[in-house]
Amino acid sequence: MTAQPTEAGRAPVRSSRTLWPGRAGHGFVAAYTVLLIAFGVIPTGYAVYFAFTDGGGTFSGLSNFSTAVDDFRFTPAIEHVALYLLWWLVSLVVFVVGLALLLHRLALSGVSRALRFLYYVPGALAGAASVMVWLFVLDPSVSPVAFLLRAFGYHTFGEVIAPGHLPILFTLIAFWTGAGGWIVVMYGALNNISQDVLEAARIDGAGAWQTAWRIQIPLLRKWIVYMVILAFAGGTQLFVEPQLLSQASVGVAGRDYSLNQLAYDFAFQNNDVNTAAAVSVELLVVGLVVAGVFVARSGFFDAD
Amino acid sequence: MPTDIRRPAVATPSGSGPLPGRTDRLRSGRPVRGRRNPLPALVLLLFAVFFVLPVLWLLLAATKTDDQLVHDNPLSFGSLHALHANWTALTGYQDDAIFMWLRNSAVYSFLALVITLCVAVPAGYALAMTEFRGRRTLLVATLVVMLMPNATLVVPLFLEVNAVHLIGSMWSIVLPYAFYPFGVYLTYIYFSTALPGELLDAARLDGCSEFGVFRRVALPLAAPVVALVGFFSFVANWTNYYLPYVMLPQSDQFPVQVGLGTLLDSVPQFNPTASTLQVERPELALATLLAIVPVLVVFLFSQRFLVAGMLAGATKN
Repeated sequence: MTAQPTEAGRAPVRSSRTLWPGRAGHGFVAAYTVLLIAFGVIPTGYAVYFAFTDGGGTFSGLSNFSTAVDDFRFTPAIEHVALYLLWWLVSLVVFVVGLALLLHRLALSGVSRALRFLYYVPGALAGAASVMVWLFVLDPSVSPVAFLLRAFGYHTFGEVIAPGHLPILFTLIAFWTGAGGWIVVMYGALNNISQDVLEAARIDGAGAWQTAWRIQIPLLRKWIVYMVILAFAGGTQLFVEPQLLSQASVGVAGRDYSLNQLAYDFAFQNNDVNTAAAVSVELLVVGLVVAGVFVARSGFFDAD
Repeated sequence: MPTDIRRPAVATPSGSGPLPGRTDRLRSGRPVRGRRNPLPALVLLLFAVFFVLPVLWLLLAATKTDDQLVHDNPLSFGSLHALHANWTALTGYQDDAIFMWLRNSAVYSFLALVITLCVAVPAGYALAMTEFRGRRTLLVATLVVMLMPNATLVVPLFLEVNAVHLIGSMWSIVLPYAFYPFGVYLTYIYFSTALPGELLDAARLDGCSEFGVFRRVALPLAAPVVALVGFFSFVANWTNYYLPYVMLPQSDQFPVQVGLGTLLDSVPQFNPTASTLQVERPELALATLLAIVPVLVVFLFSQRFLVAGMLAGATKN
């Protein structure tokens, strides 16, 4: 077997790929491709099939979609998720970027490091564990911040989790578990900004605000977009938080709150997998479009 | 508005681009200003409290009785006796159910981790270092699926698994867990930036087969990325709730995340209709702690992994 000669003018990464033998490459990716087909492609196709057929397996056009849309829970679920996304994304961008900038300016690097670690510890409680913690934190009878809850005029768990509060509460939970990781990432990205640029700005008389606003944040743009995209895609899939909250409030708050819960209930409460599949297909389309546009447009993943 | 908290120039413990030599110049070049603006420090501190307080409360809650939980200071230590009582009560719930759930979680996460590594590392290697038909398609598909949240496919996966009558089998979650495009992407990035192609060419010239090149040259150099993929895969699988919730109907198959939901249903304060087997709130807090211990341990050693992984998208070039 001979190696390909290195072509001049190509990036070293590319030139190092052997153009032959292709068969070895296929051998290496075979197992992964099987999994990709089995757990990526087939379920997608299956969901599409179910979404466009009725219980008997005959083509039914868009009737499953209209069943879903006409369901009294559908529009509220979209509104819930949209409102939650708004809060979640805004708070994520503002606070993550803000805190990363502050940490970056902190003169004591040991303190900065310790703070980053503390911010990111709740990430270990992702999933059901974070909901458990926040059920307690939001219950005025046991909460460590009961005085705050009372100051806002909430004296019972039921008052705290009133339906109007849920977007903010879910934002709190998501922020608590997720923001720390992103702060660490933004901090890392800030470190990659050349000192020369910052120094030049300083010489030109830029203060902290101006440096942050005109230099650092624009240079972080790519990362902010990346974060927003992932958070948006993840946020549309809200499930465990409202599901457990509805358990904890005997169905008062959080039942059929999100689209995923709705799909779940169609499938498992109403035994209507076709409508469930229709809701899933809608969520899939959102996920695919967002991911696809990002991969194609951002330049983040220049595949070649 | 100038802020006086100066940046430390070389604050790069997390491993991204240190700039040695600059510190002194910056420091000495600027006059020391009078008073520091306390606002940034205050904001940072406030957020530290926000992030840490609930964790601290959780740790302390496990040491209290339900009565102490309500009446004592929220940040007081209960007693070891109460902790022991909570432990006994929790482990007594449905005959050691909590251990069964933890064991399930460990089995599922570990099996999926092993399969993920066996599948993702060769795939990432081939995508980075070899040319084959369909390579680009596979890469783009990987990126797209990677950016899709894993909850997207849960109901479709259920339909598929149901059609092949695997609902209730642990493979119904282990295999979907093992499909981990992010791991493939990380390996791809790692090999294409860290492994010089000349090394592989040299091995080929020496008569190594393609598999031999991977096995003898690439794999021994892949330890960092194996650790990275392992970390992300383990944490993602351990904390997953939705997929096992849908796929595994039997309580004795639950991973601990779903088990927490079951415990929650038995806490009378949250579910007044909870009947026979009641769980006190401190027991639920203790169960939550047990459920996060493995991830917490992994986290303590892995802050740098997280950064490396999340920054992977930018480290190309």
